Amino acid sequence: MRLSDEFRDPALVRELAERIGRFSGMSATIMEVCGTHTMSVARFGLKSLLPPGVSLISGPGCPVCVTDQRDIDAYLAIGALPGVTLACFGDMIRVPGSATSLERLRAEGADVRVVYSPIDAVDTARGDPGRQVVFFGVGFETTIPAIALAVKVAAEGKVSNFLVYCAHKTIPAALRALLATDELRVSGLLLPGHVTTIIGSGAYSFLADQLGVTCAVAGFEPVDILLAVEAILARIEQGTAAIDNAYPRAVRAEPNPRAAELIDEVFVTSDALWRGLGSIPGSGVALAAKYAVHDASLRFADTLAAVPPPKQTTCKCGDVLRGITRPSQCPHFGTTCTPTDPIGPCMVSSEGACAAAYKYEGV
Amino acid sequence: MTELIEEVFIAGYAQSDFSRDDSAVLRLDGADIAFTTDSFVVDPIFFPGGDIGRLAIAGTVNDLLTAAARPIAIAVSFIIEEGLEIETLRSIAASMRDTADEAGVRVVTGDTKVVPRGSADKVFITTSGVGVILRPGVSGASAKPGDRIMLTGSIGDHGTAVMLAREKLLDTQAIASDAAPLTEIVLGLMESGCQVHAMRDPTRGGIASSLNEIAAQSRAAIEIDEARIRVKPAVNAACEALGIEPFFVANEGKMLILVAAEDAEKALSIARSSRYGGDADIIGEVRPAPPGRVTVRTAIGTSRVLGSPSGELLPRIC
Repeated sequence: MRLSDEFRDPALVRELAERIGRFSGMSATIMEVCGTHTMSVARFGLKSLLPPGVSLISGPGCPVCVTDQRDIDAYLAIGALPGVTLACFGDMIRVPGSATSLERLRAEGADVRVVYSPIDAVDTARGDPGRQVVFFGVGFETTIPAIALAVKVAAEGKVSNFLVYCAHKTIPAALRALLATDELRVSGLLLPGHVTTIIGSGAYSFLADQLGVTCAVAGFEPVDILLAVEAILARIEQGTAAIDNAYPRAVRAEPNPRAAELIDEVFVTSDALWRGLGSIPGSGVALAAKYAVHDASLRFADTLAAVPPPKQTTCKCGDVLRGITRPSQCPHFGTTCTPTDPIGPCMVSSEGACAAAYKYEGV
Repeated sequence: MTELIEEVFIAGYAQSDFSRDDSAVLRLDGADIAFTTDSFVVDPIFFPGGDIGRLAIAGTVNDLLTAAARPIAIAVSFIIEEGLEIETLRSIAASMRDTADEAGVRVVTGDTKVVPRGSADKVFITTSGVGVILRPGVSGASAKPGDRIMLTGSIGDHGTAVMLAREKLLDTQAIASDAAPLTEIVLGLMESGCQVHAMRDPTRGGIASSLNEIAAQSRAAIEIDEARIRVKPAVNAACEALGIEPFFVANEGKMLILVAAEDAEKALSIARSSRYGGDADIIGEVRPAPPGRVTVRTAIGTSRVLGSPSGELLPRIC
């Protein structure tokens, strides 16, 4: 089965577009909360297949974009220390901090390494005991188990010079906070397919049961996304709310047991700071006491205490992430803020709503 | 990079005749000469499908060909890190000889510098090339509405091969660089009388970069059809896994050729009967407006904009 061929089959897409077309009288706003959904929708031009009254907006789904300026400045401050090697995913390299960026730090001589897997950073630390290798823990539940595994491997190998600056975020608590505000009116949510393979679709029941918002877990191919949109529109028409699983080939109601075990062992639930949303209780993870030796926020506490509060900018990423401003409505969009000269992470991240709008919809 | 070039170098020393194409055209004693230069810093220096030497000769030849010039001669300059094995250099030199012979050019002069260990990474190569213009006026600014866009083969091979080799992500010969001199195709087109208006070898930044440059320089719009653009299954799989779009990935043995509509079929048949053009296809056309805009008709039948890649997708790819 060639998944990407079958789930991109133009005939299937046309059929689904027609089926969705029968909801043409409806007025609905669907929000996606996953950077990969943002990119998929843009890359395949899916918005053009939706009926006129149905709009698809982006919420806080880009892991780079939701990383608060304070966390970025903190990580950059650690990177400026002697004997420190920074290891991170490629996406973080160009994100602007208040005074500098990883890219600029690297150009000035700091040791900044892009890794594809956090285990690579553990290997780097093991191979260079004289340096402290600090991994930037950014990302949602899809990435958290991999970092948990890296920390466990480091602990077992006594690689005490491998540390994690933990800025991970979890989706369900953020969705609760987002929908509790009055400023956002969404009719339905497209839920992130890969986060849900980890946490299980049952994790979102409160959205339908308590908040009355209907949702569908979606995969990432055009057919996946259109099936999920169709499910949401059908529920809205019926006046019901449920968590539909439109990605059954990868998602179950229960969490992935191996991932759950790893996360429970290495992490504890904590509050987390989200760009644009502020501090959300229980929406992050921190290293468990057993693994404190690998916690960068403890090892570098003095440095972090001295980091000044972030510079205020007129960047509207926070509003874009909350879904209350579209990228094109930001005064900087395409003029003073472009992918080569970004003011905020929504434009620099490959999964940012602003970057997607700029690249795929044109200025 | 464009800003660096414009604001530091062009602003610093360029005169009104500075060329923003891959080659400059000089009028010397009545003859039109194409003159180009390029540097090669690829890492690793040996990769599936080629090496820095083949890249250096093929890349320079292809830059001259984009100006519709017959490549004549190349000068090669080496910066070598002290301690690099002689066998490595012999291997690179042999590869350059083979590629030059294939392309019908000669390496006629050069320079060599050895720098202390740590001052360069193994070897850097800089080339200059000259060729004789066969047809004047072929340039990125000369595309006309109605022109058809021919792509001579699959995209993404080189960049993906180098990325996998450098990061040691996958040990495979299944994805190999396409580095090759395209003399046969371009000279064949010139001899046939096809009205070629613009040519580009889509290296760093992929076809996205080249098409956006042409659209901007010609002040025209470009529309391409994703279904007509060939990406090898292994390359596609690697790009999907890494979250990279093949449109942005470097190619070293492909050409984008913009040709008058009435000559498109003839151009296609010339490309398809050549050594490196078997998978050539017409992938799109030039429209009058909106100027500078490149759009893609996706494989599922929708339409979206193809922007220029911003920043370095992957450094030291060529």
